Amino acid sequence: MNLAAQLPVLPVIIPLVAAPITLLLPQGRAPHLWATLISWLTFAVSIALVSMVSDAGVISYHLGDWAPPLGIEYRIDLANALVLALVSGIASVVFAFAYRSVRVEVDPRQSTFFYCAMLICLTGLMGVTITGDAFNVFVFLEISSLSTYALIAMGANRDRRALTASFNYLVMGTIGATFFVIGIGLLYQATGTLNMADLHDRLVGQSNRMVEAGFAFIVVGIGLKLAMFPLHLWLPNAYTYAPSAVSAFIAATATKVAVYVLIRFFYSVFGFDFAFVGHAFTYVLLPLGLAGMFIASLVALFQDDVKRMLAYSSVAQIGYMLLGLSFATVEGLTASLVHVLNHALMKGALFMAVACVVFRTGSHSIQAFAGLAKRMPVTTWAFILSGLSLIGVPLTVGFISKWYLLTAAFAAGHGYAAFLIVASSLIALVYIGRVAEMMLLRDPPSEGPYAIPIKEAPLSMLIPMWVLVAANIYFGVRTEFTGDFAARAAEALMLAAGGAP
Amino acid sequence: MERAILRVTTKIFFAPIILYALYVQFHGDYGPGGGFQAGIIFAVAFILHAFCFGLEETKKALPQRALIVAMVIGLLFYAGTGVATMLLGGNLLGYDAIVPGSTHHAGQHYGILLVEWGVGVTVASTMLTIFYHFTGREPDIDQEDW
Repeated sequence: MNLAAQLPVLPVIIPLVAAPITLLLPQGRAPHLWATLISWLTFAVSIALVSMVSDAGVISYHLGDWAPPLGIEYRIDLANALVLALVSGIASVVFAFAYRSVRVEVDPRQSTFFYCAMLICLTGLMGVTITGDAFNVFVFLEISSLSTYALIAMGANRDRRALTASFNYLVMGTIGATFFVIGIGLLYQATGTLNMADLHDRLVGQSNRMVEAGFAFIVVGIGLKLAMFPLHLWLPNAYTYAPSAVSAFIAATATKVAVYVLIRFFYSVFGFDFAFVGHAFTYVLLPLGLAGMFIASLVALFQDDVKRMLAYSSVAQIGYMLLGLSFATVEGLTASLVHVLNHALMKGALFMAVACVVFRTGSHSIQAFAGLAKRMPVTTWAFILSGLSLIGVPLTVGFISKWYLLTAAFAAGHGYAAFLIVASSLIALVYIGRVAEMMLLRDPPSEGPYAIPIKEAPLSMLIPMWVLVAANIYFGVRTEFTGDFAARAAEALMLAAGGAP
Repeated sequence: MERAILRVTTKIFFAPIILYALYVQFHGDYGPGGGFQAGIIFAVAFILHAFCFGLEETKKALPQRALIVAMVIGLLFYAGTGVATMLLGGNLLGYDAIVPGSTHHAGQHYGILLVEWGVGVTVASTMLTIFYHFTGREPDIDQEDW
C-alpha cells in the first residue's frame, strides 16, 4: 500500500471502520479510549493532508478506481483541508474530554452506542467536507445528521425534553436533506452529472427554470442544516438538551461543515456566471445574516439557561459567516472561512466550560453559575476567556474574525454593515457579561438546590478544555496560520467561481 | 395444540424463504437482486417465526446480542473489502486489485460478492433489531398515569 496515495481517503475510512468495532468493546473505559485514539489518528491524517495540499495543490482521489465524473471523487483543496483539520481537531479534543461528563449524563448501558454514534457523526462530517461529488455530500450529511439525532436523544437520561428536541431536529433536518436532494436531482436532470467540478463546467451558460429551482432547493436545504436565521428553530433546543459533550462537538462542527457546503455550492458548483448566486447574496444572505446577528443575539440576552443562550449566540455567529460570504469578495470569503474556524474554537471551549459546570452542579441554569469563581476558578476563567473571544477582544481569535469582517465590509462598500457588526458585538458583551457577573461578583448560594459544596472539575475535563482556550489565544496572536491559509483558500475558490480576484 | 395450521405452515415456509434470500443474494452480481433485498427477505423468515411463535421464542433462536455482532461483522465485511483493496495496492474499493492482471476483471466479481454479502448481513440484522425493538416495546403510559 502506498500510504501517501491513500491518505485522502483515510480521514473518512478510519472513523468509519472504527465505529462498528466500538460496539464490540466492553462497557466502561474502553469505548472512550478507543474513540479518542481514533479521533487523534484522524486528526494526524488531516494535518498531513493539510500540509500535502498546501505544498502540492489540489488532490483528487478516485474511489474504486473509477475515474470522475462517472466515479465518486474525493477532491481536497485548501478550503476543505482546513475544515477537515478543524472538524477532526475539535473531535480529538471533545472525545478526550467526554468521558466523565458522559458517564454522569448518559445512561451507562448506552456508553458503547454513544461513542459509536460519535464516531459515525465524525465520519459523516469528514465525508461531507472531503467529497467532490454532490450526491455523496447528501449521503454523508445524512450519516452525520442521523447519528446526531440519536446523540441528542441520549440526553433524555437527564432531561426528557431531549426527546422532543431530537424529534424536532429530525423533522427539520429531514426536510432540509430532502430539499437538498431534490435540488441535486434537478441539477442532475439538467446536466447528467453529479461531480461538482463537472457540474460547474456544464452549468456555465445554463440558466433555465430547472437549474434555478434546483439552486433554490439547495440553498434552503443547506440553510436548514446550518440554522440560517429564520430556519434555526431546531437549534436552541437541540443544543440545550443534548448531553454536554455532544453540544460541544456539534456546536463546533456540524453547522460549520454546513457553511462550508454552502460556500462550496455557491463558489465551486454554481459560480458567478449563474446570476442567481449574486441575487442570493444581495437579497437573501446579506439581510438574513444581519437579521440573525441582531435578533438571535437579542434573544440570547434574555435566556436564563446558559446552554440555550450559547445556542442562540451560535445562530447569531452564523449570521457573521453568511455576511462575510455575501460580500462576494476575496476578503469577505476569507473573513467567513476564518470565522468558521475561530467560532468553532470559541464555542467548543464555551460549551465545554458549561459541561464542567453541569458535571459538578447538575444544571446549566444561570442560577447554578452564582459565585462559581470561588468554587470552580479554573472553569470560570476558561469560560470568561473564551467568552471574551466570542465578544471579539484583541489577543483572541474573536478579534481576528471581527477584524477581517470589518475590513471586508469596508472594502465591499458596506460601511453600514461594519457598524452593525460592532453593534451586535456589544450585545454579545452584555450576554457573556451577565454570566461573568454571576460567576465573579455573586456569592455562592447559601440556600436552594445549588448550595451544595462543589469542587473544581476533574483534570480529565480541564486539560482538553484549556487546550481549546489556549488555541483561542494562540491563533488570536499568531494569525499567519489561519488568516493566510484562509486567504489562499478564498482566492482559489474565487478563481474557480470566475469572480474578480 | 392451538393454531396448528399456522405453526406447520410457518415451519414449512421457513427454510424456503431463507433459501430464496440466498438466491437473491448471490444472483445480485449480474442481475436484479443483491444484499438489500436478500437481507430483508432473510429477516422476513424470522419475523414470520416471531408472529407465529412469539417474540420470546425468536429471541431464543437469534438473541439481540448476536444481531449486534452480525451488524458489526456485516459492516466490517464491506469496509474490510475496501481496506483490503487498499492494502493490495488499489484505491478504496478498487476491486481489480483483488485479481491483478485479470483480462475479464475477475476482481470486480469477487469484490462485489464480498461487499454484497456484508450488505446482506447488516440489512438482515438491522431489520430484525428494529422489529425486536418495536414489538418488544413496553406499552405506553396510560393517560391516567401522567
